[in-house]
Amino acid sequence: MNLYALMFYATAVLITVSTVLAITRRQAVHSVVFLVISSLGSAMLFYLLGSPFLAALQVIIYAGAVMVLFLFVIMMLNVDAGEENGFPRRFWGTGLLVGLLFFTATCVAVFSDPSGTVPLQLKMVTPKEFGRFVFEKYWLAVELISLLLFLGLVAAIHLGRDRGRGKEVRE
Amino acid sequence: MVPYGHVLTLGGIIFCLGLACVVARRNLIMVLIGVEIMLNGAAIAFMGSGLLWQRLEGQAFVLFLLGIAATEVSVGLALVLHAYRRSGSVDADTYNVLKG
Repeated sequence: MNLYALMFYATAVLITVSTVLAITRRQAVHSVVFLVISSLGSAMLFYLLGSPFLAALQVIIYAGAVMVLFLFVIMMLNVDAGEENGFPRRFWGTGLLVGLLFFTATCVAVFSDPSGTVPLQLKMVTPKEFGRFVFEKYWLAVELISLLLFLGLVAAIHLGRDRGRGKEVRE
Repeated sequence: MVPYGHVLTLGGIIFCLGLACVVARRNLIMVLIGVEIMLNGAAIAFMGSGLLWQRLEGQAFVLFLLGIAATEVSVGLALVLHAYRRSGSVDADTYNVLKG
């Protein structure tokens, strides 16, 4: 096992463990902190899979912007933990069974395919190369994403406006 | 080097963890966190596939996934805020009244 594979598996274990911790925490703030660790691990994984640009974007957007947004909303709502209804106990067995079936079926499907066991050829992509590719072949998708982001902004402003307070100011 | 199957399995495990979070948790913020985790698992699978076929499309779709995740989380959190102002709770089980 060389250094690359060692780093890949260490990162994979880090991501999985921090994600499991994130989804089982009772307080939302704790799970957001574990999710930051998980997305830093994903950034590391993207770097190992050959894209330093996407690794930087993952750190800036996921670990930076999205998690801060979560923290702001948790701070604004000020909900105390502990009152949450758990998953109904009679569904645990069925859920675990379905999950296990899905996992075994996926593993069989992935590893019976001969290309699933061939080691991947690493290829580093520079940001310049990547940018040229995206803006030459997928410029329409980039425009659509920018339109989607704009619509998200409009929707967030419209939904987040406090109607009662606005009326007082107007009158 | 790492076989393709291992990358795909890791993406599948992360996706399933996110799905379990969406289904099992009742706190709306935790549901949104679960959706984020699912998108992350899809991104890992895209990266591995891009390396297998030596094409840049895999990484391009990870870029689009980042944009979609950012939009989804901002609209979702605005909806959570709106619902909290209406009903005073972020528990998904308390939204059982149709009349506004």
